[in-house]
Amino acid sequence: MDLVSRRRAGDAAIWLLLVSAPYWLTHVGGYVELGTRVLILALAAMALNFLLGFTGVLSFGHAAYFGLGAYGVAMTIKYLIASTPLAILVGVAAGTAAAAVVGPLIARLRGVYFAMCTIAFGQVFYYIAFQWRSVTRGDDGLTAWHRMPLDFGFAELDILNNNKAFYYMVLVVFAAAVAAMAFLLRSPFGRTLLAIRENERRARFLGIPVDRHIWLSWVISCFFVSIAGALYALMNDFVDPRALRWDQSGNFVIMAVLGGMRSFWGPLIGAAIFLVLEDYISSHTDNWMSFVGLFFVLVVLFFPRGILGIIGRRAVS
Amino acid sequence: MVQLILFNVLNGLIIGAFYALMALGLSLILNLSGVINFAHGGFLAIGAYLAYTLIPYVGFWGALLAAPFLTAFIGILVERVLIRRLYGRDPLYSLLLTFGLAFMIEDGTRFIWGADSLPYQIPGWLQNTLSSQLFFLTGYRVFMVVLVAVAVLGLFLILTRTRLGLRIRAGTLDLETLSVLGVNVRILRNLNFGLGIYMAGLAGVLAAGMLGLQPTIGDSLIMPSFVAIIVGGLGSLPGTLVGGLLIGVASGVTTVFLPSASEAVMYVLMAVVLLIRPRGLLGEEGRF
Amino acid sequence: MPSGNPNSRLGIGRRTVIKAAAAAGVFQVAAPFVQTARAADNVKIGLDNPLTGTFAALGKNELIGAKLAVEQINAKGGILGRKVELLVEDSTSGDAATAVQKANKLIERDKVNFLLGNINSALAQAMANVSYEKGVFHIVPGGHTDSVTGSECHWNVFRVCNTTRMETNSVSQLLLTSYGKKWYFITTDYAFGHSLQEGFEASLKAANGTEVGHDFTPLGTSDFSANLIKAQAAKPDALILLLAGDDMINCLKQAVQFGMDKKTHIAGAQQELEVLDGLPAEALVGDWVFEWYWKQSNVPHVAQFVADVRKRSGGKVPTARTWFGYASVWSCQLAAERAKSLVPVKMAKAMQGMVLPPEVALMPNNPFYRKGDNQLMPTLFVGHAQKPPTGGDPEDLFKVTEEVKGMDAALPVDQTGCKMTWPT
Repeated sequence: MDLVSRRRAGDAAIWLLLVSAPYWLTHVGGYVELGTRVLILALAAMALNFLLGFTGVLSFGHAAYFGLGAYGVAMTIKYLIASTPLAILVGVAAGTAAAAVVGPLIARLRGVYFAMCTIAFGQVFYYIAFQWRSVTRGDDGLTAWHRMPLDFGFAELDILNNNKAFYYMVLVVFAAAVAAMAFLLRSPFGRTLLAIRENERRARFLGIPVDRHIWLSWVISCFFVSIAGALYALMNDFVDPRALRWDQSGNFVIMAVLGGMRSFWGPLIGAAIFLVLEDYISSHTDNWMSFVGLFFVLVVLFFPRGILGIIGRRAVS
Repeated sequence: MVQLILFNVLNGLIIGAFYALMALGLSLILNLSGVINFAHGGFLAIGAYLAYTLIPYVGFWGALLAAPFLTAFIGILVERVLIRRLYGRDPLYSLLLTFGLAFMIEDGTRFIWGADSLPYQIPGWLQNTLSSQLFFLTGYRVFMVVLVAVAVLGLFLILTRTRLGLRIRAGTLDLETLSVLGVNVRILRNLNFGLGIYMAGLAGVLAAGMLGLQPTIGDSLIMPSFVAIIVGGLGSLPGTLVGGLLIGVASGVTTVFLPSASEAVMYVLMAVVLLIRPRGLLGEEGRF
Repeated sequence: MPSGNPNSRLGIGRRTVIKAAAAAGVFQVAAPFVQTARAADNVKIGLDNPLTGTFAALGKNELIGAKLAVEQINAKGGILGRKVELLVEDSTSGDAATAVQKANKLIERDKVNFLLGNINSALAQAMANVSYEKGVFHIVPGGHTDSVTGSECHWNVFRVCNTTRMETNSVSQLLLTSYGKKWYFITTDYAFGHSLQEGFEASLKAANGTEVGHDFTPLGTSDFSANLIKAQAAKPDALILLLAGDDMINCLKQAVQFGMDKKTHIAGAQQELEVLDGLPAEALVGDWVFEWYWKQSNVPHVAQFVADVRKRSGGKVPTARTWFGYASVWSCQLAAERAKSLVPVKMAKAMQGMVLPPEVALMPNNPFYRKGDNQLMPTLFVGHAQKPPTGGDPEDLFKVTEEVKGMDAALPVDQTGCKMTWPT
């Protein structure tokens, strides 16, 4: 099988697994909500990877925009209008707007300085969510609201009580987002980002406005992560400042690196393994942290390019 | 009010000294080896627990002396087995590996010593305050600052007066050339890592006297250490020292006006420094 | 290129290791097939509580109590003739998303009959909202914030530990009369801390006292020196520490080192033996409330309980947390037996006004679940921390000076803000 058809087969296999998940998950000791969680966090990790793996820029503050997406949803449903689609729109708008504002401030920085600055901004948002108790209820989070069933006029999708229905709603949003990301990455814009990743100085010499591209990549990446955040709030019927914290950002980075930064589906695999492993092991032993930690160590030692990196390498050779 | 602020500046320097100790160890490892040691807090915990275990046998002072060396020894083993494989790779992999290591250390300490907070006894004469006015100058905190000063002085002497130190400094600038010149870079990195972990272990022993001794004791100290390094400037040890002190003071002074912001202020400080002077206060242009 | 070729170093090829790991991974995934062949007719109790993080020690003790109760219940024939099985999940100490996810897992995948948890007040409330949505019988063993049986109460959610208001009411009189009316608060910045502070503020107001200052600190704060400096400057009659877990240890250690126990009076509401156990001798000061204490020589069954727990905890005495876990599990059995059913609504109705028998209550004054807000009315133990008496047990770190009935310290139901709607 040549490279292109191998990749298509891989894509098809992944979609098949995702579409049928609610039906086979329970038979292997999982549960539908776990699948939903994997999809949402995989979307966040893939969004981060748009910036990290494909533009070569590390952000450690993506949780801020993820969290803003989540808070947007929670506050809309709780305080404004109890409508799921509207809530998602508000959440995504909030996350993306914040990213668009922060972007120009940090676009000049590179490397670890860029990353630390994203942490700084992220922590400022975290602090605001934590302190503004009158609006966000501080560390206790926003509770006593829930996702509203989707009313299509002719039919209603009960995403509140029907966990399979919610899973498929999330899958549809995930698919749309992923398709958009893939489209962007294959476009000339996406190719430019790859060029910047490979050799920024050369890209600059070619006349590419590097800072502007990085800013755009940043905003796009945060746009998709805020979608993930919106879905996250809907899944939990709850949001608290922890969704904005740097350790949440760290989780996204870990998932992307674990699965393979240079691969499109890498973060999905990373998220799936990370979440399933943690979920499964923590049910069986108090010492789950040792096993999960050991797993990370082993992956770094034996999978130099993340888990999907192995498959990619074999395909090339 | 002025007195309150003054007190907090002084107190902030004390806390800052502690942050600086942690951050210096982290900085040493980062500068020479390009490794982001997320498990630094874990080594702090190990230092604290080892000291606790040793006290019944060698007393408080014996534990203070021995525990950091034991911790450094563990660090050297870890470097030999794990960290060594990371050199030359993207620093993100060191982040992931040390993150996993941190998990294992936290769980390991919980497994060995239990989840309960253990009572750590410091000698009686260190416990009390030295002045009624400046009541926050307890014997123990002054002792801690003295110890940090000694450690920093020791580090300075090692780096400037010994061959190892010279090689570390040279290696920080250009490791490849150093290797070509015949220096065993492997051993150098190993010892450097051990030195950095020694400082974490020492910080752990000191922390045990002030904080509750439980497996998560190092958790809240990791981020301030990174921030201290960035604020001071990557690649600059004096910068890290200054960064640590600055964070301590900023945090203390903020508590006077807005106590809930005392944790957030260091991030604001970092953002301001990065936006105005991207290489940090004392950092060199072009690094990283 | 990276230093070292893993192949030659190990002698085993990397490919072989990966294949072995993959095989192990497949085995792990396949294992659940074996797992799910559990006895389908067991009564399952799901405990979703912190086992890692800052509340790990408290969670461990609640677990010991719960396990002891399960053992005893099974020895007596189980619940309605069926064996009881305890499923334990780590909610982590502060991540509500994980706590909610584990609650969903226990309910959806494991189909537990009863849900127990959480120590962290905010997590307890988030879990309670989930259990309410899914109609599952839920007992909160050790999450104190008022709202769980107050403004956000639900028919299916019960609580063993005291509300924060009960705690503050039980001790405030003592503090006002003994020390004075100018108080300074240092409080952990989340539901539990805020709730406690509101309770004390109400007491202060009623006595015309003054709050000379307050500091909110995030959960996980290690250094309180700046807050203590501020507190000292305000010269309060009492320094009230409303902190959770390790923060309490850190603050007490530092406060005593600053000599503040000599300059003012250190006090607070809730205190735990786990905290006192972690303090050096000189820091064992202050007036506090315990929710259960192991030294109750005149109360039957307590000595036996202490002995039973010592066997299972490596020699340590039970704490209030151990009792919370124990009483929660036993309450499930008692409610089911009373209702002669496992249907949540029936059990919840049977719990209204239910009195705990002495072997479960392990305290004076017949605690019972109050009708209308599902809150247990236990006895509160007011006293002060102490160094262990010479020749006594090293864990005798608290001196009880007063026993307060829960009913006397609690707000009446109509003032708690609890409006319960029962399913039709």
